[in-house]
Amino acid sequence: MIQTVLVTLGGSCKKLSLCYSYVAHKINKQKTALDAYISPDYIETLMSKTPTIEITEVTKTFKDITAVNNLSLTIYEGEFVALLGPNGAGKTTLIEMIEGIQKPDRGNISILGMNWKEHEHSLHHLIGLSLQETKFIDKITTEETLNLFGSFYKLEKKRTEEILELIDLQEKRKAYTVNLSGGQRQRLAIGIALLNNPRILLLDEPTTGLDPGARREIWKILEKLRSDFNTTMILTTHYMEEAEYLCERILIMDRGKFIAAGTLDELNARHGEGDLIEIAFENDFDISELNLPGIKKLKWLTGQSRAEIFVDNIAEVLPSVISAAKAKNIKVSELSSRKMTLDDLFISMTGRHLNE
Amino acid sequence: MNKSLIQLILVHFKTFFREPAILFWAVLFPIIMVWVLGVAFSNKGESLRTVYVTGESVVPEKITGEKVLGKETGNVYRIKFQKASEPEAIRAVKRGLITLFIEVKGDSLIYHFDPLNSDAQLTHLILERSIADINAKNTSIDPLQATGTRYIDFLIPGMIAMGIMNSCIWGIGWSLIESRMKKLLRRMVATPLEKPIFFTSHMIVRIILGTLETILLIVFSYLYFGTRITGSIPAFITVFLAGIFAFAGIAILMASRTSKTEVANGLVNAVTLPMMILSGIFFNYHNFPDWAIPIIQALPLTLVADSIRSIFIEGAGFMEVLRPVSILCIIGLVTFSAGLRVFKWY
Repeated sequence: MIQTVLVTLGGSCKKLSLCYSYVAHKINKQKTALDAYISPDYIETLMSKTPTIEITEVTKTFKDITAVNNLSLTIYEGEFVALLGPNGAGKTTLIEMIEGIQKPDRGNISILGMNWKEHEHSLHHLIGLSLQETKFIDKITTEETLNLFGSFYKLEKKRTEEILELIDLQEKRKAYTVNLSGGQRQRLAIGIALLNNPRILLLDEPTTGLDPGARREIWKILEKLRSDFNTTMILTTHYMEEAEYLCERILIMDRGKFIAAGTLDELNARHGEGDLIEIAFENDFDISELNLPGIKKLKWLTGQSRAEIFVDNIAEVLPSVISAAKAKNIKVSELSSRKMTLDDLFISMTGRHLNE
Repeated sequence: MNKSLIQLILVHFKTFFREPAILFWAVLFPIIMVWVLGVAFSNKGESLRTVYVTGESVVPEKITGEKVLGKETGNVYRIKFQKASEPEAIRAVKRGLITLFIEVKGDSLIYHFDPLNSDAQLTHLILERSIADINAKNTSIDPLQATGTRYIDFLIPGMIAMGIMNSCIWGIGWSLIESRMKKLLRRMVATPLEKPIFFTSHMIVRIILGTLETILLIVFSYLYFGTRITGSIPAFITVFLAGIFAFAGIAILMASRTSKTEVANGLVNAVTLPMMILSGIFFNYHNFPDWAIPIIQALPLTLVADSIRSIFIEGAGFMEVLRPVSILCIIGLVTFSAGLRVFKWY
């Protein structure tokens, strides 16, 4: 697999390093199967695992909007699953139905063989969750907030200490929650979700609005859960890096439906258009005239001087483009190429950006 | 003009007019308040003042029956003179039914009233002016200074009652709405927390804080004004607890649905303001028309204020407050269960 970033004039170093860490991560990543499209290789692995959450033909409608439209999904023990989609895709509604906060109009949700109607109390003990943008009581400290929620689970204060260490907020234990930064507050929310050592963790947009540093802090905490506790996790997000980095299975949602599911590679293989070249010339240069094989799609950005070229393989197409330009004495002013991201994928499927 | 500015203004207008609750509290509610207050204070000239006449059985004709006085000033006062015994007159002052009584002693008239009460002073001036020719030389004023007849004695029980109300409505109601707004209620209900515990915690906090506030108020008024509780203290504690229960129920019902602070603001004012004005906290509610009195007397704040007043001033015991206490408990029970039934956790 070639992961190349060619930087000529004005290329950015940031892109390079991001891409590098992405590759490094990929290598460590273990592949797992999809739900909707189980490939034969993984049937065996999955059969040996217990289904943790089984969602069957669930529908939820608000007034005139069908937020969740007849969805089915099975999540297995220890899986990290991302629900990726833009605002209004139905991610929160789906996750809140799993949390028991909302009731489906139709369909069934079973968690470890239990349901919300009959086993509310047991499920509260098994699930940990963080809501989208929870605020805490302003003039109550971090430590007091954890103690408060700990008391709902009848936990000792000792647990507060363990959580403070896990979410790295010991120094902020005496700080009022109103004075915490966005990242710290979100870490506190995750800390509360982890108080009862949940087997299932449900996080609704845990890093929305946070800067990259704060986001990484949260990823670190979640990675630790995977390695140390075999927690099953569902998170919603509209950051594709987050889904790629944390979750082995990605479900892309749009308008109440799953429009794609799988690992990043599988998604790209199935729906993606390979690699992407962004190129700019000093003069107009009609690439389509060249009739190069391997170009799947060509998208002009400004006139005929800047283009996005969707290709199967960069190594096949790029040298021919550059030599053709050289032959016509046209200078390449900017060039970068990268692997398709989930955002590119989402745009190619819906025509919109993920974080729109 | 700036396009975005116009758009912003339009959006604000739209949100205002599309929110029926806000519309009600911001537009209709003030109108209703103006109307209620108008009823209480308008037609002052037609309002009837009652003055008790005590002492000798034979009194000058000028101070019997109903008289229209002060015609020459352009502001007409109707005054009703009523024969009464002195203890009756003092009790009527304590209850705020009258502010002044005249004692006929030989050929002199003695006015009894609290000189600090401006309403009593006004009545005195009208009388002095109009009936001066009866026996001008021998009129005198005997200021009512005995504990229980002063305005402050009237005010303090009312303040205690109002404190109970505000503490519950703001303390419980506002905090519930704010927690809902911050999604804290939603977060809490997703834990094994038992709901009755949640509400009980609020009520306990109110009892403790209310006790502290009340003790402070009583100690202060004892030291500063010499106010004493003449009646039964256990009866007072019972009224206090029943009051907290009733207002906690009202607060929970009030805060059971909304998560908007604007609506919350309106709701809190809608519950507390009318009672503060109607229930005889600052002035006696007998100024309102007769038909309104039974309604006012059924308001929870009136029940609490009148009960505490009867214990503090008139020396009432447990039996006298049994009825208001039971009504308060019923109000609490009804609002509490209704509130829980419709309560929105998210």
